[in-house]
Amino acid sequence: MSEILAAEAVATGDATEPRKAFGPPPRQRRERSPLASLALHGTLVLAVLIALFPVVWVFLSSLKPPSEIRRSEISLFNSPNLENYKSVLLDTPFPTWFLNSVVVAGFTMVIGISMSATAGYALARFNFAGKRGLMWLFLITQMFPVAILIVPIYTIMANLGLIDTKLSLIIAYCSTAVPFCAWMMKGYFETIPRELDEAASLDGLGPFSTFWRVILPLARPGIAVTAFYTFLTAWGEVAYAIAFMQTDSHLTLGAGLQQFVPQFNQRWELLTPAAILIMVPAGIVFFFAQKHLVGGLTAGGTKG
Amino acid sequence: MTLDAPVDLADHTPPPESGRGRLRRLLDRNWFAWAMVIPTVVVLGVLVFFPLVQGVYQSFTNLNEGNQQSEICTKTLGGGEVCKPNPKQAEFVGLDNYKRILTGETGKFWLQFTNTIAWTLACVTFHYSIGLGLAVMLNRRFKGRGLYRVLLIVPWAVPAFVSAFAWKFLFNHDFGLINALLTQVGLDPVEWFNHRWTAIFAAVVTNIWLGVPFMMVALLGGLQSISGDLYEAASMDGASPWQRFRNITLPGLRPVSASVILLGTIWTFNMFPIIFFVTGGEPAGESEILVTGAFRAAFEGLRNYSLAATYGVLILSMLVVFAGAYRRMLRNQGEVF
Repeated sequence: MSEILAAEAVATGDATEPRKAFGPPPRQRRERSPLASLALHGTLVLAVLIALFPVVWVFLSSLKPPSEIRRSEISLFNSPNLENYKSVLLDTPFPTWFLNSVVVAGFTMVIGISMSATAGYALARFNFAGKRGLMWLFLITQMFPVAILIVPIYTIMANLGLIDTKLSLIIAYCSTAVPFCAWMMKGYFETIPRELDEAASLDGLGPFSTFWRVILPLARPGIAVTAFYTFLTAWGEVAYAIAFMQTDSHLTLGAGLQQFVPQFNQRWELLTPAAILIMVPAGIVFFFAQKHLVGGLTAGGTKG
Repeated sequence: MTLDAPVDLADHTPPPESGRGRLRRLLDRNWFAWAMVIPTVVVLGVLVFFPLVQGVYQSFTNLNEGNQQSEICTKTLGGGEVCKPNPKQAEFVGLDNYKRILTGETGKFWLQFTNTIAWTLACVTFHYSIGLGLAVMLNRRFKGRGLYRVLLIVPWAVPAFVSAFAWKFLFNHDFGLINALLTQVGLDPVEWFNHRWTAIFAAVVTNIWLGVPFMMVALLGGLQSISGDLYEAASMDGASPWQRFRNITLPGLRPVSASVILLGTIWTFNMFPIIFFVTGGEPAGESEILVTGAFRAAFEGLRNYSLAATYGVLILSMLVVFAGAYRRMLRNQGEVF
């Protein structure tokens, strides 16, 4: 509790502190007093600690033997070993779930990028009948709660015989991720000067090859952000996964993981290594996308 | 982040094209533009709008697991099948579902509604203020800025359900880190999931941890688009840091803020995995929010599809009203949107 309260106190402090210490604009940084510097780094270090400690704690716990995980005393290390990882990988369906999730998230990412990039480009560059309405529709879909769509989509999938297949999840995830990504890509394409398109068309490139050979390579940061977003959407989704998947071996991670911690007899020694293993692919995608994140999101936010 | 754009669209039409040749070229390109958006439109039509219409319809019926089939087929001895019309087919019941939900006859709508409002308000407020604080700090130039930024975005890279389990582990009554720390400083361990508000508190903390990086990154983007000259001019005129923050930073951030607050509210309102996994509705469904309540109605126990659909319609209407009111409020404040 004290930890959390401290976190919040600092956090709210974060919001007010820089106002007081907002200080000189960046270029006059020589004027920042050592005290202000200390406060800045101190707050940021604390924020970083709060951002990291749950992950670190889960990692440390995953190395402990089961009996040690259940002890109420705090100990960072306690005869660390990889036994838990071994049992989660060999004695549970975890590897199957993992593979299912990789397939679902991978396809969602590829399909999501191609759909949102083309739609975003069309929205950014051309005026066509119905464009405005379309943009509103994309926006409104963001508001649809999973609760209203999940039952009808479930019925549709059942009628198509797709329940309990990966395809049903890929389709459902694309339909939730694409509208938002199309918005993001549109914002990004608008930061690429139109003159490039015009120059390309003067050079005799058709609209499709202009898009493919000139614009897409320039839009790499935007695509990275979209990839990151679609991948994580699919990797972390649970509601559809729990509702659609029925056979144990077809589950994805989000639906499968809860089997480790039922109401009674919770097996945290299986859950903690699984959690760490799930974070790895997400972390890799994140690592490649992160340097574009600020740029990609900004483009959408300010140029919309 | 891009939400300001449609608003933007509503108020200014694209500049008129000059010259006939250009206009014709645009017309020629119409087919191409449509070719590019058609796949998306089709998928959205089939998987968002058709289900939406169907969902609204289902909310006026008494559809559930037991009466969804129009025919009941029984195997005969000879190996064939005999199908008879289902005597208890789902039927149109008008506003019955709405009446039963809103009067509290079925489910706990108002409890879940209160939870949802408290949950959304707490989460968005903290997301925004913490995100803004961190963004303002990261917008200054100093050593190690890039490293701080990467490390602070880490919670975003952790899938929501994993964070939910991680925090459930931290909040565990018997061996969670948080209760261990409480005991260490001489307090009694708390049974986090035995009381409605402590359970929601735990979920809110989880979601704050999870959602701050997005706000931070979006607001940092907004801050970087504010010209440094403004700050310079203001400090020459003797504006205090607080005045500069009030009069340059906040107004400069307004378009981005308006988008992220609206988007954040909608996302938090519909946030499923955190409540579902962290509290699991404990104690006895008292910490459920509307979205998780609807999910449980539809897929747990006897599946009551029509009840879930009614919940869905109610949630959607609330969000539409909120988004409309929010836009009107911004406009009344004289925003140039």
